[in-house]
Amino acid sequence: MPEEALENKMVIKDLSMYYTDFKAIEDVTFDVPARRITALIGPSGCGKSTLVRCLNRMNDLIEGVRVEGEVVLDSENVYQQGFDTIGLRRRVGMVFQRPNPFPKSIYENVAYGPKLVGIKDKEELDFIVEDSLKKAALWHEVKTILRESGQNLSGGQQQRLCIARVIAVQPEVILFDEPCSAIDPVATQLIEDLMAELKENFTMVIVTHNMQQAARVSDFTAFMLVQEQGQPGRLIEYGDTNTMFTNPSDERTERYITGRFG
Amino acid sequence: MRARGGEAVTGACFKGHAFADRENRVKVVMLACASVAILAILLIFLFIFRESLPSIRELGVKNLFFSTDWRPNVADPKAGHYGMLTFIWGTLLTTFGAMLISTPLGIGAAVFIDQVAPDSMARVVRRGIELLAGIPSVVIGWFGLILLVPAIARVTGTSGYGVAAASLVLVVMALPTITTLSAETLKSLPAELKEASVAMGATRWQTIYKVLLPSAREGLLIAVILGMGRAIGETMAVQMVIGNARAFAVSPFARTSTLTTRIVTDTGEASGIFRSALFAQALVLLLIAMVLIILIRVISRKREAA
Ligand SMILES: Nc1ncnc2c1ncn2[C@@H]1O[C@H](COP(=O)(O)OP(=O)(O)OP(=O)(O)O)[C@@H](O)[C@H]1O
Ligand SMILES: [Mg+2]
Repeated sequence: MPEEALENKMVIKDLSMYYTDFKAIEDVTFDVPARRITALIGPSGCGKSTLVRCLNRMNDLIEGVRVEGEVVLDSENVYQQGFDTIGLRRRVGMVFQRPNPFPKSIYENVAYGPKLVGIKDKEELDFIVEDSLKKAALWHEVKTILRESGQNLSGGQQQRLCIARVIAVQPEVILFDEPCSAIDPVATQLIEDLMAELKENFTMVIVTHNMQQAARVSDFTAFMLVQEQGQPGRLIEYGDTNTMFTNPSDERTERYITGRFG
Repeated sequence: MRARGGEAVTGACFKGHAFADRENRVKVVMLACASVAILAILLIFLFIFRESLPSIRELGVKNLFFSTDWRPNVADPKAGHYGMLTFIWGTLLTTFGAMLISTPLGIGAAVFIDQVAPDSMARVVRRGIELLAGIPSVVIGWFGLILLVPAIARVTGTSGYGVAAASLVLVVMALPTITTLSAETLKSLPAELKEASVAMGATRWQTIYKVLLPSAREGLLIAVILGMGRAIGETMAVQMVIGNARAFAVSPFARTSTLTTRIVTDTGEASGIFRSALFAQALVLLLIAMVLIILIRVISRKREAA
């Protein structure tokens, strides 16, 4: 990767998060560079999902969640008093582990976000739907069945539909929480290619269990770990993906990425 | 596989035999229970049909089911008129009025319990509604009689008895069913749906009415239909506030009767064809109930297919 001045889209500063009394992550600090893919890796339960859900404040839905530290989006702390969480979630979209299209038509799934912000014009909606489905590399498969339920598609198609749905609101950042763990390798390949294309316009963060995937798609990698049962997850190492996978500076990172972890 | 009457049975075989035997006995008992239930339903149906047959034959379908002329003659039943349309209308009208109020109220309460209230408060509301379901209908009717009827009388300048009072009492009867089942349906929706919507920047209310309620549509419909069944069959509470008149209700504040209240009011003195006409009313109730059940079947099949 050529060395160029990277601007940071998001900055996570000393972030800790509690589920009521349980501290799930502690003092996590790293940058999310603009128009790059940042991968978040680590063993199960180390707090990857917890962390990405702090970036769009999805954790607010859970009773008893408390956050310390900062998540900065374009130099504004999203956890500051009075920050508009609805607007935040439009700027920071999310794709989930299990494809979760609404039980509505393919068209309505994609039009959902635009309609939320008050777009009613049929032509404009048609355009957004087509454009988003094209960007999600799904258009050619569904252009004749736009009125059929999104839930009738295959798992991989559903996941791309969810990506189209997010693209339709033109977010600045897209978070992926293990987007490929519920779909087959061919569909996974499609989504990875898609992410590489989306990099031109979007900043992305991907949580993955799959080391090869992190190595293939991401530019930067953050590795998290729970050192001992019951402790919070901490950031062990963060850096350029190539360097991290070829020459990790922490011994625990090396053990994890080479698959020698207990 | 059962060994038949052989004397040389090995131990293992014998054990298997005994097990299969017990299995069969259980099956027979279950089958018997199920048969009794089905038999009971069939007998009720046949009995009611048989008892209503004389009035259908004597008066004809039109005079019995589609006439509002209800002038029974106790001394000489054959001389009376037994058109039940007034009461069919009364049942439909009170039920419709009750559903008009209890549907939004019940679904609203369900949304509150499942989506809005913090856990502790949701539990309190849920318990309260369960309690409501346990109150005997005569007590609810009694409340209607001493609170509702005078209040309606004061506001409208009528007697206070009638369709409106009956509908309001029925709201109380149908509400627990609708609320509990709707909350159940909402709870069974996958959490991912709500997450997806919220992550798109939808507000809580947008998520509720654009995603959650439409996704729960079939279940909510079934909840409302079951609540309706409850309202149609209710007798005691309605009887106490509807005024028990034989007049066809043209205003929500007019006294009238429903099928159920007519049956309890008149059963004591009815004989002959009068009695048979009351059975015909019960037959109509049974048919309405069957239609509702079939509706529920159709809806749940559609839901399973989706
Ligand atoms: N809603 C919750 N309430 C309480 N604790 C939670 C909740 N969600 C997660 N946790 C706990 O927080 C810790 C981190 O969970 P998290 O789901 O973020 O891990 P993860 O790294 O995403 O794991 P995985 O790879 O299995 O998805 C775990 O110990 C988990 O049990
Ligand atoms: Mg996770």
